[in-house]
Amino acid sequence: MAIKLDKVDVVVVGTGWSGGIPSAELAKKGHKVVALERGKDHDHSDFVGSKDELRYASRYEIMTDNSISTVTARGSLDDEAFPLRTQRENFEGNNVGGSSVHWSGVTQRGRKFDLQARTITVEKYGEGKIPKDMNLQDMGISYDELEPYFDQFEKTAGTSGEEDPKGPPRSDAYPTGPMRASYPVKLFKEAASNLGYHPIMVPSANLSEQYENPDGETINACQYCSFCMMYGCDFGAKSDPVATVIPTAKKTGNFELRTNSYARRVTHKNGKATGVLYVDMRTGIEYEQPADVVILAGYPITNTRMMLLSKIGKPYDPKTGEGVIGKNSAGLTSPGGSATGFFEDKKFNLFMGSGALGGTFSDLDSDNIDNSDLDFIGGGICEIRQRGSGPIGSNPVPQGTPSWGKEYKEKSLYYNNRALSVGFMSPSFGWKFNYMDLDPNYTDMFNDPLLRITHSVTEQDQNYSEYFSDRAEEIMKEMGADIIEKSSPPQGWSHTQGYGETSGGVIMGDDPEISAVNNYSQVWDMENLFVIGASALTHKIPQQTGTIGALAYRAAEGIDKYLSDGGGLLVEKKSETQNA
Amino acid sequence: MSDDKKKDTKEQNNQPIQESRRRFLKNSGLVAGGIVGGSLLGTFIDNPFKTVDVSSDNVEKPVKEFTESRMFFTRYDDFEVLKAAVERIYPEDDNGPGAIGLGVPYFIDKQLAGPYGSNKYDYMKGPVQEVKVASSYQTLMTRGEVIIEGLRKLNDEAVKRHDAKFPDLEGEQQDELLSAMETGEIELVGVKSPTFFNLLRQLTIEGAYADPLYGGNKDMMGWKMKEHPGIRAGYSDLIEEEEFQIVEQISLKDYQR
Repeated sequence: MAIKLDKVDVVVVGTGWSGGIPSAELAKKGHKVVALERGKDHDHSDFVGSKDELRYASRYEIMTDNSISTVTARGSLDDEAFPLRTQRENFEGNNVGGSSVHWSGVTQRGRKFDLQARTITVEKYGEGKIPKDMNLQDMGISYDELEPYFDQFEKTAGTSGEEDPKGPPRSDAYPTGPMRASYPVKLFKEAASNLGYHPIMVPSANLSEQYENPDGETINACQYCSFCMMYGCDFGAKSDPVATVIPTAKKTGNFELRTNSYARRVTHKNGKATGVLYVDMRTGIEYEQPADVVILAGYPITNTRMMLLSKIGKPYDPKTGEGVIGKNSAGLTSPGGSATGFFEDKKFNLFMGSGALGGTFSDLDSDNIDNSDLDFIGGGICEIRQRGSGPIGSNPVPQGTPSWGKEYKEKSLYYNNRALSVGFMSPSFGWKFNYMDLDPNYTDMFNDPLLRITHSVTEQDQNYSEYFSDRAEEIMKEMGADIIEKSSPPQGWSHTQGYGETSGGVIMGDDPEISAVNNYSQVWDMENLFVIGASALTHKIPQQTGTIGALAYRAAEGIDKYLSDGGGLLVEKKSETQNA
Repeated sequence: MSDDKKKDTKEQNNQPIQESRRRFLKNSGLVAGGIVGGSLLGTFIDNPFKTVDVSSDNVEKPVKEFTESRMFFTRYDDFEVLKAAVERIYPEDDNGPGAIGLGVPYFIDKQLAGPYGSNKYDYMKGPVQEVKVASSYQTLMTRGEVIIEGLRKLNDEAVKRHDAKFPDLEGEQQDELLSAMETGEIELVGVKSPTFFNLLRQLTIEGAYADPLYGGNKDMMGWKMKEHPGIRAGYSDLIEEEEFQIVEQISLKDYQR
């Protein structure tokens, strides 16, 4: 029997941006908040001097432990799913701050299209443009309604950027100026301008200057040291929950952080959540933490699995298209479209860089592209990035080179500082047959079923990829590369999870028939349960962290209202079923 | 070269580093009005631009490499096959040392003796299925067991096909057997041969380029061949340079406090 603890106002599962933001905001308002983190406690002092590629990038030091739990994967409804056993195949952030600690720092805003994809597509191109079996849905909130929360998130993070002439409208400038451009980024920007695009520096959470946010937290200036994505920052110069919202929450005195606390179920009674059942991984003792409000703020796979294990909401059925939990799982493959260029007469300082150092343009993004004559929907955010290459991970060789032996060694040394890549960050849509449910065969260390991901690539993805790899090739040609290799369209899912961003499973909308949460991330079927994070996205949007931050601030506002006004649904239900 | 000249060269060599350190601290904003905790500032000032003095009067006598003994492999024969195999994957050439010269066999020995070799953080519950995805790790054998199984099979196949042990074969014969592992032509017990080969290849690359603290990348030669500096506190003073910057190699030994 679980030990029952004293009731608190709010219990939060997860301490990334999705859990950290409401923790800070609700604790600031005087609510008693307990956050459960399955990983260990770590803070900036753990990252000082941590420049070790093997430990962090190859051995996944700050990622989840698959011996506790993993996911199973299959390429279609007819395949048998198998477990992704190694961290190379399945990882996500672990420990305080979650995946928001090892993130690159790219802080794009979702586009108008990303929030109202169905309405906008139908308005522009008519209903017939939407491919059969694509679950294209609106999120029940417009860009303009979400804009103030984007602004709030960027001010917390101190986002470094410059005005995007082709980007969505902003109410205020970025809190700090853009990062400095390296030579490859300059080359990209020149080439893109020559082709008529409007390049800018990538909006970044690796800050261009030291910054104090409105909560009084200071984030340092980025040193372009290259140990960034997959790492915690040596200098406290990457905006993450450990540098911002977690210390902000702690300062209030209303926040308790419990690490090594593995959540297993949301407990509920008569349609209301009563708390969270979790295990202290150091002792194996099980606890029940009762609360007035429960927040699930994990990665999409975690949020979805918690909903299914707790038997909340109607599980999605890929045969009928009915039900919502597990629906619109996306992002496992990103169709992208990229080109790599090898330069014979130039060597670049690719060992320098930072996660979000790069150039970008929005001219072909989902708001700006004209899909009328194209055989796909949605657009792409173009990027060149200079993350800083690690010697283990970076071994660029032209196609046709053997993958080991004398020639491999020779060419991988020669081209190490001579290869650049340009690509498009793509949306990845929800499809009737791509979803998540509980695996019938494999279980975790507590013998609970693993989450099963069913994912396949579609013609839309392939057409998208063809189009954008051509655009990337044009840019790379303009940049002067000697050998140019276009990416080929994805042929199937690699059966890995963690390298891209995933989304969906507990999606947002204004109609409970086809969505699980409303635009305050409140569960339609359980009003005191809020599920926050990328699980809410109706499709995977390119570079989604900025949008998740915005949705988390909106959710925090809604939860405060819920606690102060005595409950109830924060948004009225609509039932104009979108995908008949 | 006179002693005085030597000293001059040393000071000159050191100057850009001092200069760069000063600029770095200035640009970082970490000193002026910084909020940084003691540990960070300490690391900063103590270490980031410390370099190894390689001038001849300062070279220490070779020390015995106490860490170059086996902690995982029990049979010497297995270790000999490992050495021969990784040298084919990453051979010595005009650029510099191969896997053996970089200490890769001892790197692999240490990796397999630790949590990575025993799959501590991996999902190891059965049953194992036949899967179409060749890159997937589908076995309940640990990495240590997979490597032993693969190396012994390499030796057995060498004897079967060429009547000689793997380390005694010609390079091309060794490549042929490694390729047969890579493509799945050779059958192993409990694991697919590409899983063995991919693991061996990956460990070899890691051993060539990981920080020398793990026993490979000897004398940072992997980094030198790749024109990679290893570690710097940062490059905020150099990030906008168009010219390629040759930066001296520094490892964690001289970076961490």
